[in-house]
Amino acid sequence: MDLPPPGTAPHMSDMAETAPRAGRFTILRHPLTIRITHWVNVLALLVMLMSGLQIFNAHPALDWGNISAFEHPLLSMTAMMKDGKPVGVTTVFGHSFDTTGVLGLSTSDGRPSPRGFPSWATIPSYQDLATGRVWHFFFAWVLVLNGFVYLIYALASRHVWRDLIPSAAQLRHIGRDIIDHARFRFPKGEEAKHYNVLQKLAYLSIVFVVLPLIVLAGLCLSPQFDADYPWLVALFGGRQSARTIHFLCATALVLFVLVHVFMVLVSGVWNNLRSMITGRYTIEGDAHDR
Amino acid sequence: MTVEHDPTRRRLLKGGTAAAALMLSGCDRLSESDWFRQILESVEGLNLRIQRALGRGKELAPEYTAADLSPLFKVNGNDDAEDDRYQKHADTQFADWKLEVGGLVEQPLQLSLAELRALPARTQITRHDCVEGWSCIGKWTGARLAPILQQARLKPEARYIVFHCADTMPSWKGPQPYYESIDLDDAFHEQTILAYDMNDQPLPIAHGAPIRLRAERHLGYKQAKFVMKLEAVTSFRNIGDGKGSYWADQGYSWYAGI
Repeated sequence: MDLPPPGTAPHMSDMAETAPRAGRFTILRHPLTIRITHWVNVLALLVMLMSGLQIFNAHPALDWGNISAFEHPLLSMTAMMKDGKPVGVTTVFGHSFDTTGVLGLSTSDGRPSPRGFPSWATIPSYQDLATGRVWHFFFAWVLVLNGFVYLIYALASRHVWRDLIPSAAQLRHIGRDIIDHARFRFPKGEEAKHYNVLQKLAYLSIVFVVLPLIVLAGLCLSPQFDADYPWLVALFGGRQSARTIHFLCATALVLFVLVHVFMVLVSGVWNNLRSMITGRYTIEGDAHDR
Repeated sequence: MTVEHDPTRRRLLKGGTAAAALMLSGCDRLSESDWFRQILESVEGLNLRIQRALGRGKELAPEYTAADLSPLFKVNGNDDAEDDRYQKHADTQFADWKLEVGGLVEQPLQLSLAELRALPARTQITRHDCVEGWSCIGKWTGARLAPILQQARLKPEARYIVFHCADTMPSWKGPQPYYESIDLDDAFHEQTILAYDMNDQPLPIAHGAPIRLRAERHLGYKQAKFVMKLEAVTSFRNIGDGKGSYWADQGYSWYAGI
């Protein structure tokens, strides 16, 4: 197998083709920096999510503006008695749902306990705000520093322009791409060497919108930061709005990861995983096979 | 292309569930180990220095207008102090109560509530952010801490001001006196006051009468209530469990700016 000569930045379109074997060839899809920052990001985001839910559980409600409306928040998760039995209730914009077992009330240490998110979703698993905070603030640094390494690499190596920004032709055919995705038909041959347009848009919005937004909204929750940059918390519409946006961004990340992992599973799990570990990605068949 | 039924995929999911359970119990064990906690807590000093550098130490916490006041300011922590001496003072509206200012000062002080009210004061409408996540806006009037410390003349070795309170809080060792501490950067900050009025009324007992600290660039647990005594110290290692505040002794960070 031919690898790109040392010293050249390898990337998706730098093909390291295997000997042609019935339309099957291997490319070096993900450069080392992308692979490392990807897996550090997996760890950091997972810890941030689960320690974040621990912190959320200390006050399982969301508000808009600067202050909390304790009686009628936008969203709340509570435990209450109904027909002599404890139930978990999630209220969104005044509409209540029975979420017993998952939100509001769930089993912790073998007995039903009032808690926003269940123990399997939080770090630590038991209620401990102080510990959730030290996890969150340590891994916030991991997330941000790793994000900077990724961004500097992605800009300096032109990864952003070469691999992430969709071409005009791709954007024109976005409709066809959506239909193909819905039918689990994935690009082959030449086309499979590049991210498809839906992938590109998803990655771009996560990298340049959701992740920066979640970091900034999180910073706005710090009273010292608000003294330093009061205009930023005002831009978010107040500290409680910033907290809600922080939570919505986390929700967007979870949805992205669910779709991302699903796509990894259905479009050739081992090939995808290998490409994010060793960098090598096998492409089968030609475009006209589709 | 059709989606194949890949048995490895099922195995992957099963393995994933097992790995998740392992990770959860692993995180609990890591949370309880001293060495790992020290690593996690190692960024606290970094956070303080970076945030102070960003604000150059002088920036004011955002201030609001009367229209922004919370209709109901949540009472948190203790709503009263059970101490007998405190209760006697409460019965007489703190008429004979005196704030002690001591420790590493040239001139220890004893200030009555009337004397405190005669000192340089500041009124500010600020946001109170509880570590739990909620916020309330209240109006505070109180004596600025800086002139009091100037009057008491801090000794050069003084690094922190400790606030000793009348209330006690539970801990695994039994009830512990509430205390807090701030460094001199915060002590001399313009918005750092000993508040005796809240929303234009004398500070209610539930909110920490006769005075509570307002250090506005910090979370709610820094805003010590029922303050009885100020002590200037070089280090807080010999107070409580040595972490600088009741909540720090319980595992919260001493730096409450985040």
